[in-house]
Amino acid sequence: MSAIKTNNLTKKYKDKTVVNALNLDIKKGEIYALLGVNGAGKSTTIKMLSCLIKPTSGDAEVMGKSIITDENSVKQILSVSPQETSVAPNLTVRENLEFIAGVFGFSKAESREKATKMIEDFDMGDIEKNRAKTLSGGWQRRLSIAMALISKPQVIFLDEPTLGLDVLARRELWKHISKLKGKITIILTTHYLEEAEALSDRIGIMAGGVLKAEGTASELKEKAGTADFEEAFVRIAGVEV
Amino acid sequence: MRRTLVFASRNTKEILRDIFTLIFGILFPLVLLVLLSAINASIPKEASMTLFNIKNLVPGVAVFGLSFISLFTATIVSKDRCTSFILRLFTSPLKPYQYIIGYTLPLIPISLMQTLVCYIASFFMGLEFTVSIIPAILVNLPTALLYIAMGLLCGTIFNDKMVGGVCGALLTNLSAWLSSTWFDISLIGGTFEKIANLLPFIHAVKAGRYALMGNYSEILPELLWVFGYAFVIAVVAVVLFNYKMKQDK
Repeated sequence: MSAIKTNNLTKKYKDKTVVNALNLDIKKGEIYALLGVNGAGKSTTIKMLSCLIKPTSGDAEVMGKSIITDENSVKQILSVSPQETSVAPNLTVRENLEFIAGVFGFSKAESREKATKMIEDFDMGDIEKNRAKTLSGGWQRRLSIAMALISKPQVIFLDEPTLGLDVLARRELWKHISKLKGKITIILTTHYLEEAEALSDRIGIMAGGVLKAEGTASELKEKAGTADFEEAFVRIAGVEV
Repeated sequence: MRRTLVFASRNTKEILRDIFTLIFGILFPLVLLVLLSAINASIPKEASMTLFNIKNLVPGVAVFGLSFISLFTATIVSKDRCTSFILRLFTSPLKPYQYIIGYTLPLIPISLMQTLVCYIASFFMGLEFTVSIIPAILVNLPTALLYIAMGLLCGTIFNDKMVGGVCGALLTNLSAWLSSTWFDISLIGGTFEKIANLLPFIHAVKAGRYALMGNYSEILPELLWVFGYAFVIAVVAVVLFNYKMKQDK
């Protein structure tokens, strides 16, 4: 079953076409990495799919619900973990989690229960009473992803989840993301190619608003005729180096 | 409704856990009350200067204190706007009106608390407890709404670095200079007085003074200025907030 299916999804700003007739078919439970250089159209695609902006033409369905005609239903089943740290700084870890659960309509008791589960799942027991602003970058990212997951979304967008983290913190976060495989559909955007290779089931490479290629890391390397994924990305995205 | 209250609760915690809220919201107006009362005590009776009498002073300081409510409102709105925290909220089922109510709600009790603290402190400086203290506190509510609306507007327009300058410096100074709290504007007269009378600050202070003196019939004409400004600024803030919400996405 498709978790996300786009149908000629297009976004134009005046004369500039940022995303051009995009056709994606992302399966339920899949981790799908969307790669591309800056300006490739990834962020605009994510923004359209998460109902932040309207497409100029085309449509997309998230778990069978249209992002144009059924925005409220789509918002209930998806979640976004933005690129920058997006936590409430003066709230504790637990309060951040309960806040997001409450915003998604869960009762106080349900919010508390869900926050406890997230704290357990993400090993945040020791820091649950710490204010978010006092946490390291790695812990803030972990909290940010937990906040995105607390509403039990069926689809989650992780925008550069490990940007700026050290190797250990990144690997730790990878471990948590990998655990979600099969349980939830994840669309991951990242500039770390090894991250996409390590975590995702399939990878889509965008350039100039167009999906240039998609497949597993091995398929893309084969397609580009190289054994190195970075080289494959460069060839497919048409980046001049 | 629960979503709005959850958002309002988060905003309350964010504001109250900021040390600057305590310093500027409560301590600073109290320090001013004490200092100006001390100055008043040193003024010889023959000078017939009543401006710093506690009965005149406390409504002015209470209004001046509310100018910091604008700073708190603007800071939280602009900080949310300038970080990706708002992106997370935009993808939630929260509606635009729920943002506005959620930002506004926590600041009403905070404003009331600030005014109460001013009046309670003034008892220790010689203010007699009379029934008119209750309406004097209540007339500050529309003024609180005015300052919250100004905060929403500034937080919507400016980034988190600029709101400190605009609300923390400019607005507080405007409130202080044009409210007849620190000096009697009628003594300056001319254009300055005309401008002051066209702005809501002096009317907010006068409403408080009339209430405290028990001249209830004089309150409404003054409050109409406050209501008028609060309404217009709130409408502009809501329209701009909705517009910027779409833009910021």
